[in-house]
Amino acid sequence: MTTTTTKPAVAKAAKAPAFDSAAIRSDFPLLQTQSHGKPLVYLDNAATSQKPQAVIAATARYYTNYNANIHRGVYKLSVDATAAYEAAREKVARFINAPSAREVVFVRGATEAVNLVAATWGMENIHSGDEIILSEMEHHSNIVPWQLLAHRTGAVIKVVSVSDGGELSLEHYAQLLSERTRLVALTHVSNALGTINPVERIVSMAKARGIPVLVDGAQSVPHLAIDVQKIGCDFFVFSGHKLYAPTGIGALWAKGALLEKMPPYQGGGDMISTVSFAGSTWNDIPHKFEAGTPHISGAIGLGVAIDYLGAIGMDAIAEYEHDLLLYATKQLMRISGLHIIGTAPEKAAVISFIMENIHPHDIGTIVDGEGVAIRTGHHCCQPLMDHYNIAATARASLAFYNNREDVDRLVAAVEKVKEVFS
Amino acid sequence: MSDLRDLYQQTILDHTRKPRNKHEMPNATSTADGHNRLCGDKIRLFLKLNAGVIEDISFTGNGCAISTASASMMTEALKGKTLADAQPLFELFHTMLTSPLDQEPDLEALNKLAVFSGVREFPVRVKCATLPWHTLQAAIKNQDAPVTTE
Repeated sequence: MTTTTTKPAVAKAAKAPAFDSAAIRSDFPLLQTQSHGKPLVYLDNAATSQKPQAVIAATARYYTNYNANIHRGVYKLSVDATAAYEAAREKVARFINAPSAREVVFVRGATEAVNLVAATWGMENIHSGDEIILSEMEHHSNIVPWQLLAHRTGAVIKVVSVSDGGELSLEHYAQLLSERTRLVALTHVSNALGTINPVERIVSMAKARGIPVLVDGAQSVPHLAIDVQKIGCDFFVFSGHKLYAPTGIGALWAKGALLEKMPPYQGGGDMISTVSFAGSTWNDIPHKFEAGTPHISGAIGLGVAIDYLGAIGMDAIAEYEHDLLLYATKQLMRISGLHIIGTAPEKAAVISFIMENIHPHDIGTIVDGEGVAIRTGHHCCQPLMDHYNIAATARASLAFYNNREDVDRLVAAVEKVKEVFS
Repeated sequence: MSDLRDLYQQTILDHTRKPRNKHEMPNATSTADGHNRLCGDKIRLFLKLNAGVIEDISFTGNGCAISTASASMMTEALKGKTLADAQPLFELFHTMLTSPLDQEPDLEALNKLAVFSGVREFPVRVKCATLPWHTLQAAIKNQDAPVTTE
């Protein structure tokens, strides 16, 4: 078994006092490639992140050396695969400081995790006239599952407003908390604005009334050290692919007592204890929620991504990215006619911007021609775009493998946009 | 990458900056809404039809340079034309943007609209150029439901 030997190539360098971004960059094969004949500058990390060689190698190693189904075979391969899969669960639990790995459910991603909670806990606990509090800055994946639930149950969705700077109105939130509130579901970091929400305070305000809280960590997990116990929430969800891990894997963390009471999500193999036509009984948590053969290689890859990040340190990553955010913000603000959307004091390294008389889609195409990949569009946040009365923004989202040169390339590409439209 | 100048030709940029026939039409006989989900472009098309003739055509909405210019140039190309003339033009335009790169589109028949031939080198932008035309189809059918480019 070789799964435990996947130390990142840069572990030693990254532990040195200076953040060795050049060494880190060399760990990511895709960052060595070209786009339109120019060295690729990848600035769409909020959509998905690139994968370090350690993660790519780990998934290949699973398929090459010990591919087998888990929780089933008595033979060595299956035992090895099961051990690696369950070791990944332990790594996820430690990474977000969950009290126990049995509270970590592997899912396809944050979207599936929210849907799982809505379809199981939600269907059991939310009834006609009950209220679910969301915010105006939610990703569609933390809106639509609750709308589906509201439609089925007759529940009502309440929406916390966002200030023009991109901060949640805690006053409005306090007003919305009511006797009928059954759940608060909120993003930790906004994918469109970068705003870091004060989740601990938000949770404690809900807890004062005994209301459960789901935190969408899709955008926070890759950039901040996460401690679900300190946050105090009941559910925490995230995707692996934004965390330098493969696509199709993610995690739901929920308090064990809640998971125990929740009905299964999907039925199938592995989630049962016994099956007969008279009735079936369910496996223990978390397996009760993992029907069918899971994304074994993805989970192993996620574990290795967490090892890789752990060797660098999430605090070091957050500090480096914050410095890069300040630099990028300063450089972009120098461009006349460019306006940044989302200027909260507490921000992750996401910069959404618009340009006078130039549609974001045109910005995206032109900077792409310069080898710079950014996202343009509504970022799956149409209600937020409506708030700002815009159809779309251009968005550069940074990761710890980006550097100032990437930012300079973006700025030059945006200047090119102005040139085309001048 | 294909040269950006093929995409953002001066004629296109001119129509983006100064879109023609961009206004509401209170006495329209038919309207339709079009929506490009990818970039959020929205267009409303107004037609004043009289015995199969497009007496007037205009649009409103928000969009990227390509969709705005396409809408603007479409209205110029179709004003005063019959519906029977419009249909083959739509088909020619659509074929120009979606045909394989090694096939020569019929640029002559497209006249001024040929400036959009560069768009086919940018597959994700083809829908921007065709949105106004798909919306036109909906307006001709006088559909109530918004059309999308999906």
